[in-house]
Amino acid sequence: MIPERFRYHRARSLDEALDLVAQAPGQARILAGGHSLIPLMKLRLAQPQWVIDVEEVAELRGIREEGEVLHIGAMTRYRELMTDPLVARDAPLLALAARRVGDLQVRNRGTVGGALCHADPAADLPAAALASDAELELRSRRGQRRVALGDFLQGPLTTDLKPDEVLVAIHVPRRPGWGVAYQKFPHPASGYAVVGVAAAIAAESGRVARVCLGVTGVGPRAYRAAASEERLVGTGLDPEVLRAASAVVTDGIAVNHDQFASAEYRRHLAATYAERALAAAWAAIQA
Amino acid sequence: MESTEDLVSISVTVNGRRYADQVEPRWLLAYWLRDRLGLTGTHVGCDTSQCGVCTVILNGQAVKSCTILAVQADNGTVLTVEGLAQDGTLHPVQAAFSEAHGLQCGFCTPGAEMLAVALLEENPHPTEAEIREALDGLLCRCTGYQHIVQAVALAAERKGRGA
Ligand SMILES: Cc1cc2nc3c(=O)[nH]c(=O)nc-3n(C[C@H](O)[C@H](O)[C@H](O)COP(=O)(O)OP(=O)(O)OC[C@H]3O[C@@H](n4cnc5c(N)ncnc54)[C@H](O)[C@@H]3O)c2cc1C
Ligand code: FES
Ligand code: FES
Repeated sequence: MIPERFRYHRARSLDEALDLVAQAPGQARILAGGHSLIPLMKLRLAQPQWVIDVEEVAELRGIREEGEVLHIGAMTRYRELMTDPLVARDAPLLALAARRVGDLQVRNRGTVGGALCHADPAADLPAAALASDAELELRSRRGQRRVALGDFLQGPLTTDLKPDEVLVAIHVPRRPGWGVAYQKFPHPASGYAVVGVAAAIAAESGRVARVCLGVTGVGPRAYRAAASEERLVGTGLDPEVLRAASAVVTDGIAVNHDQFASAEYRRHLAATYAERALAAAWAAIQA
Repeated sequence: MESTEDLVSISVTVNGRRYADQVEPRWLLAYWLRDRLGLTGTHVGCDTSQCGVCTVILNGQAVKSCTILAVQADNGTVLTVEGLAQDGTLHPVQAAFSEAHGLQCGFCTPGAEMLAVALLEENPHPTEAEIREALDGLLCRCTGYQHIVQAVALAAERKGRGA
């Protein structure tokens, strides 16, 4: 399968990439790891006139500490998330989710920026990045803006990315000492999440001080399960509380259904996986 | 048809030899290797990023060559199954696949061997679980994987002994 014709440009700097997307707004696509875009182009579901390869754009690379946050360049590959020592220390939830993505070859190519800008409702990283309170740094010729991931993700394959914008990096609060876990029920054929739940908990004197629960595969976009979070703060995460909080993890969500999993089954899976993720995150603090 | 200005110059080192070519940006690496260089050892199975049969090693990492554009390999180094044997002697991974019956029809074998080579490069003493994890992105219709796993383990064992 061969994509429709397009013009290819390998940008050498962020400025060059921004110029190129500004010149052809709506006609140009950034090429990161290519593991969502190229399959779509082969199927001709995407037919951009321009493809801007950002492989060599140094400004999109690198993982570094910036005070309270970890700066993770948009071109960071899953493979790097899994092995980077700063991520392991300050944002290990991202590494846990990256490890569950696709297969080895996909993890060698796919990037943080591609996963978040593609916004597949069954992708793994969005759940973990939401539970990490990730903020996106977006740039265009018009300037720079920051947006919370929860506002950026709008629906299936739909985000707040403007046609002339490039995602430069994500910023996640550094949270050493939090207990984290990612629990995923992968689709047996595609490997994407039928349900994926990312949990992050901070404890204070044996009680839940803060909790963040990110859910993917269940609704039109990855989301934070606020109703569950509220029921958990201040508790000691006893089994009844855990069960009750997990039971409301799909409250207010239009739950997906397809040939593999009905809405009812997905709701059940989501509650079960939320319970497991929360229990594992809690156990990780105590360990 | 395409005008020449749509062609892009690339230079890629494949199996130790440098190739300069003019390519259409839409050409996939798998097709460039097979159709332009005649390196048909790299197979195309699903052509939809699923089966891993097209796996080659690009800049040291296993990748699906049906999901990479040839232009993305510009200035890069590619290793395909044709680059494994040296002077008529099978690569240890190939020898192990032959001896441990790591194949039946052989269609997936180039992908399986490239995954094995990449794994052993990074992790010379993998556990069985690590071997299976490394082969997760490979679909084999014949073997049930057991003999592929055994072949990779045999190659690792020999490598460990410096054979
Ligand atoms: C076989 C297979 C299995 C997979 N399994 C899983 C799985 O289990 N879980 C999972 O989560 N994902 C899975 N994926 C998807 C994979 O994670 C993709 O790599 C990811 O969705 C996209 O990242 P990318 O870097 O490849 O992006 P690309 O494909 O290069 O880009 C995706 C989109 O994002 C845009 N984009 C990329 N970077 C930027 C940027 N910096 N600024 C602005 N726009 C940008 C592109 O223009 C494009 O529209 C799988 C993919 C394959 C091929
Ligand atoms: S042919 Fe490339 S993954 Fe199947
Ligand atoms: S040996 Fe036939 S597909 Fe693997």
